[in-house]
Amino acid sequence: MIRSILASLAFLASTITAIAQAGPMQDVLQEHADIIIESSRTSIAPAIAAIADSRLPQAQDVLQAWQAKEMWQRPSDGLFFRGEQMDGKIIRLTDFDSGEPAGEAPSSELEQIKPNSGIRALIAIALVQFQLSDPDPAKRADALISIERDPKSAALAPLRASIEGETDAVLRAKKLRLERLLTIAFDETEAARIAAIEAMSTDLGVDVRATLNPLVVSTLRVFEDEIPASLNVARILAPGSDALPEAQAYELLVAEDLAPARIGADHIRETLAANIDAGSVAGVAVAQLGSEAARGRAYAALVAADKAAPMLSEEEVGALLDAHQFAEIYREPSAAVTTAASKVLTRIEMRVGLNQAIDLSLDALSLASIYFLAAIGLAITFGVMGVINMAHGEFIMMGAYTGYAVQQIIPNHTASILVAIPLAFAVTFAAGVAMERLVIRWLYNRPLETLLATFGISIALQQLAKNIFGTQARPLTSPDWLNGAWVVNDIVSISYIRIAIFFLALIFLGVFLFIMRRTRLGLETRAVTQNRRMAASMGINPNRVNMLTFGLGSGIAGIAGVAIGLFAKVTSEMGTDYIVQSFMTVVVGGVGNVFGTLAGAAMIGFLQKGIEWFNPSNTLAAQTYMIVFIILFIQIRPRGIVALRGRAAGD
Amino acid sequence: MSTLLEVSGVSVTFDGFRAINNLSFQIGDAEMRAIIGPNGAGKTTFMDIVSGKTKPDEGRILWGGMNRSLLGLSEAKIARAGIGRKFQKPTVFEDQTVRENLLMSLKAERRVLAVLFHRPAPGELHQIEELAEEIGLHDHLDRKSGELSHGQKQWLEIGMLLAQEPRLLLVDEPAAGMSPEEREHTTRILVEAARTRAVLVVEHDMEFVRRLNCRVTVLHEGSVLAEGSLDHVTANQKVIDVYLGR
Amino acid sequence: MQRTFIYRNPSLLIFLCGLALFTLAVTVFSEAFGAGFISTSFVKTLGKTLCLCLVAIAMDLVWGYCGILSLGHFAFFGLGGYMIGMWLMYERTREIVAGAMAEATIPPTDAEIVAAIGNQIFGVVGASEFPVIWVFADSLAIQLALVVLVPGVLALVFGWLAFRSRVTGVYLSILTQAMTLALALYLFQNDSGLRGNNGLSGLQNIPGLDHLPQSVVSVWFLWASAVALGLGYLLATWLVSGKFGSVIRGIRDNENRVRFLGYSVEGYKLAVFTLTACMAGIAGALYYPQAGIINPAEISPIASIYLAVWVAIGGRGRIYGAVIGATFVSLVSSWFTGGQAPDIDLGFYTINWVDWWLIVLGLSFVLVTLFAPKGIGGLVDLWTQRRSPDRHGADLGPDPGALREQEALE
Repeated sequence: MIRSILASLAFLASTITAIAQAGPMQDVLQEHADIIIESSRTSIAPAIAAIADSRLPQAQDVLQAWQAKEMWQRPSDGLFFRGEQMDGKIIRLTDFDSGEPAGEAPSSELEQIKPNSGIRALIAIALVQFQLSDPDPAKRADALISIERDPKSAALAPLRASIEGETDAVLRAKKLRLERLLTIAFDETEAARIAAIEAMSTDLGVDVRATLNPLVVSTLRVFEDEIPASLNVARILAPGSDALPEAQAYELLVAEDLAPARIGADHIRETLAANIDAGSVAGVAVAQLGSEAARGRAYAALVAADKAAPMLSEEEVGALLDAHQFAEIYREPSAAVTTAASKVLTRIEMRVGLNQAIDLSLDALSLASIYFLAAIGLAITFGVMGVINMAHGEFIMMGAYTGYAVQQIIPNHTASILVAIPLAFAVTFAAGVAMERLVIRWLYNRPLETLLATFGISIALQQLAKNIFGTQARPLTSPDWLNGAWVVNDIVSISYIRIAIFFLALIFLGVFLFIMRRTRLGLETRAVTQNRRMAASMGINPNRVNMLTFGLGSGIAGIAGVAIGLFAKVTSEMGTDYIVQSFMTVVVGGVGNVFGTLAGAAMIGFLQKGIEWFNPSNTLAAQTYMIVFIILFIQIRPRGIVALRGRAAGD
Repeated sequence: MSTLLEVSGVSVTFDGFRAINNLSFQIGDAEMRAIIGPNGAGKTTFMDIVSGKTKPDEGRILWGGMNRSLLGLSEAKIARAGIGRKFQKPTVFEDQTVRENLLMSLKAERRVLAVLFHRPAPGELHQIEELAEEIGLHDHLDRKSGELSHGQKQWLEIGMLLAQEPRLLLVDEPAAGMSPEEREHTTRILVEAARTRAVLVVEHDMEFVRRLNCRVTVLHEGSVLAEGSLDHVTANQKVIDVYLGR
Repeated sequence: MQRTFIYRNPSLLIFLCGLALFTLAVTVFSEAFGAGFISTSFVKTLGKTLCLCLVAIAMDLVWGYCGILSLGHFAFFGLGGYMIGMWLMYERTREIVAGAMAEATIPPTDAEIVAAIGNQIFGVVGASEFPVIWVFADSLAIQLALVVLVPGVLALVFGWLAFRSRVTGVYLSILTQAMTLALALYLFQNDSGLRGNNGLSGLQNIPGLDHLPQSVVSVWFLWASAVALGLGYLLATWLVSGKFGSVIRGIRDNENRVRFLGYSVEGYKLAVFTLTACMAGIAGALYYPQAGIINPAEISPIASIYLAVWVAIGGRGRIYGAVIGATFVSLVSSWFTGGQAPDIDLGFYTINWVDWWLIVLGLSFVLVTLFAPKGIGGLVDLWTQRRSPDRHGADLGPDPGALREQEALE
């Protein structure tokens, strides 16, 4: 006995000394040489574990080489090397321990270790711990991302182990968070999972919900007897309730082979067609089979003749349903975990809802600013002057096309926008002044005819734009610094361009107020619109004032066109998309008051987003309902939100 | 003399400006009354309230022997109840003949279907002739009323008002822009009308009011300042203050 | 005043005779009943033009006479088309489906046929169930009633809301435009139950008339359109000639004055608005079987504005003006956009009328509004010496309508 032990010790010592020459890693490899060569997914684990746990600096290198199929064995002495394929069939070998070249050999004298995909996956998991503690922070971050993308239970232990030594605060926070998520999904102790679930209850991340949701997934199942106590029951359902209609319950029975399939109309028809015999089916003439009753009779006759499966009566179906238990069973076996998860999910969803409301409000705010931009020109021409200009939308379009044309000449987007804005103002200002001089001033006391005449101009301008720029949409590209979005969290975000439009709307409001309240033009405009004759007798030239005011309103429409063109496509028909909404904005807000227009734009913007929230799939419906709402709103406040009252307003 | 219209404690505010302030007023059957007052006294607003164009913020308006409230009734219903109104500027339907204007105004069923199937009865045509005679437009019955002179339009409007057979006539500055002869004629028509019904005239022109020879109510800042004969109110120190300025 | 209705309205007799002559002439020259000078497609164009004249008369009543610039009457026109289209499409599909299913070994049940029709009609929008609004689609009588009722009820409800809150003038126009837009947007949805932007198609095939060629059917529709137009003209003339006409013209010129005369202005406006909506519905129901297809684009607000354009160009406030405007503009329009007008070569640029016609139309519309507010109908005045009150000169006082300068000089 002792001898044999001694002998074996001696053998061991001899091998150790033999390998010791080659180095510690080679020892580890040699120790598991058999299973490494065998390359079987079921038996390989100890070898990988041994390398990984060897705490040798070369471990990661070896695993990577193995994974990349760069590990070769020299059958002559059984040693493992990193091998590099050279020209021809020559392999250049490198020693794992020393990293020194170990000569070259033809591939015929070597054996390549070819791990299959299963083994490579195991190696990858083993590699994680090295990557997680890699000195390069970028590699550590990459490792975290790969775990996030494909969470596995095996990643949990290395992740936990790597937290301790993490020096980067950001990465440490990420690791802690990921550790919790993995704990929720994979930890073996219930208490740890529940603790992790509760720790995440204020987190809005999509990944948290993606981790929690599978925990509360349930499947509808049917049981012949009592529901086994081992199952985690979500709820027991009664057939015929709202959650489980009888038809669905019965289908489940059929799918589980617990009941015969129901005989449907199609089945009856096929059975009858298969049993036609000399122009009749079981004594009922084929020509008569165009009614349910006749078909029922014929089928019953077939059943009686044993040529068809009998139909189940309602009572039989009911009895079958009563004889079974229906329940939704959680896939997650632990009741405590599902309870905690669903509780936390509800809490998170409430917070998500709140944040969605904030996000929606931001959206609505930006929509409101777009409407305000589109409408503020009208607030001047229609609201202050009382001129109804159906070509207002075409002025917006002209502004947008001006922006497009400028971009064709000036390639720098920032510069081109800076040029386009004043140019668009100039172009539409000129168009507005021309229109006022040529058409509108002859029609000041005939509003309906102004409407029609400006409509004529509108269709002419639209067609002209079509003839010049073609029918396809033209892009108006925003400068790079306006691309991207301001992201608050996973739910709340808003693109910079919308923020810019919001501020542009604010600027417009300020400019409008300044012009109307602080400048001579504003004073004169108000004087002319209130009493043209009196203003004229005080030395104000009403023609000039009307011309300039109309030009101003049109010019602002042109700038709005550039802004709108930045996020919407520029087409000859873009004006028509805004004209009705713009008029609505002014009318709903209250004519003659810019704050009314602001309120109108806010109401319409928020309303449209609100309706879209109830019915997100259908923006057409949202617009429809919004217009219907506006029509009803005008019932309540015929003069708009900010109404002028008094004798003057009555006529 | 029974009370035809009783207005009590009526107030109305426009954007913070109190146009009518706790105004009370009465007029009886077959009475002529002139309302005078400086600009902004609330004369036209008062008429707007009575005729239903403006809804008062508070107060009561009772009408007729039955003391029916006029609050909340539409202008058309008030008109059908027997209150006719003539505006400051002559408003006749210029695109239609004098005859059509009068026919439209004649007291008759006002509902859509009745009007749709209406055929002028001989009595109605006769009535139109008489009215035209009264307002001096008999020779112009088939002319477009837009071709009439300013004074003729005023008469036509008064004629349309009479055709309605109202119990109360609200007349807003009937003599504005008329020549002296036309004023004379207008006065005659109004005095004649006041024999059978109440007539309420708003007028700036003191001379015209004197010729009407009736009780006068002076409005100032939305309420009644004085009431009585023209000589009585013009002697009132408060009225003098208001007109001449303090 | 006691003169006869026809004597007072000479244009009625002229118009009815002209219409009869026109119908007769088209029939005689049509492919189906005579010489064949007029192609079937042109017969259809003429028939459609008659329907457009009818809806223009409705527009003239509501705008030219009652002063309501409705930008929704073409929506009522479209609704009428949709109502008749539902029956046409249902019955036509039923014939096809029943024919196909009769080949099957077992005769189909009614429920199976209905399901197959549903599949056929709504497959294009990814549905197969019949929406609720199709519940009467199998009954011609009910759908014919709906041609009048649906536009009528919509106009009644909308008008009641709008007139009640005293929305007038351009505000009302914008509101009607919004209504039209809402309706068009609603119909554009696939789940509106009317096949979304596919619309209803194949309407030119009249169920039960398969054995007749389109050339015959088109003439029949021309006759029907002519009869409808004649009756519509008669009705419109009768409406505006009596006291009712007096009242609605009064409303147009000064609705407050009418109100103080004791007329309930809202009731009259509502009556005119609803009645003309029904007329528009009937016109649409006759138009779309000739056009063959209806889709929501037909209802878009711009169509209603075009309607106003026709009436304005023809001359509003006179019934024949509407007819002239609709005929003139729609025929000229189809001549230019149909590519028949010769291109003009300017050397440096060739004017292609398909591209430039809308610009010409838009500008000529501006010119008509500015220089000929009476439209083409104004030419008739030159001939009949009809004169509208001509009282120029600026207002003397601060209010419009106060004493005029000239009168002050007299």
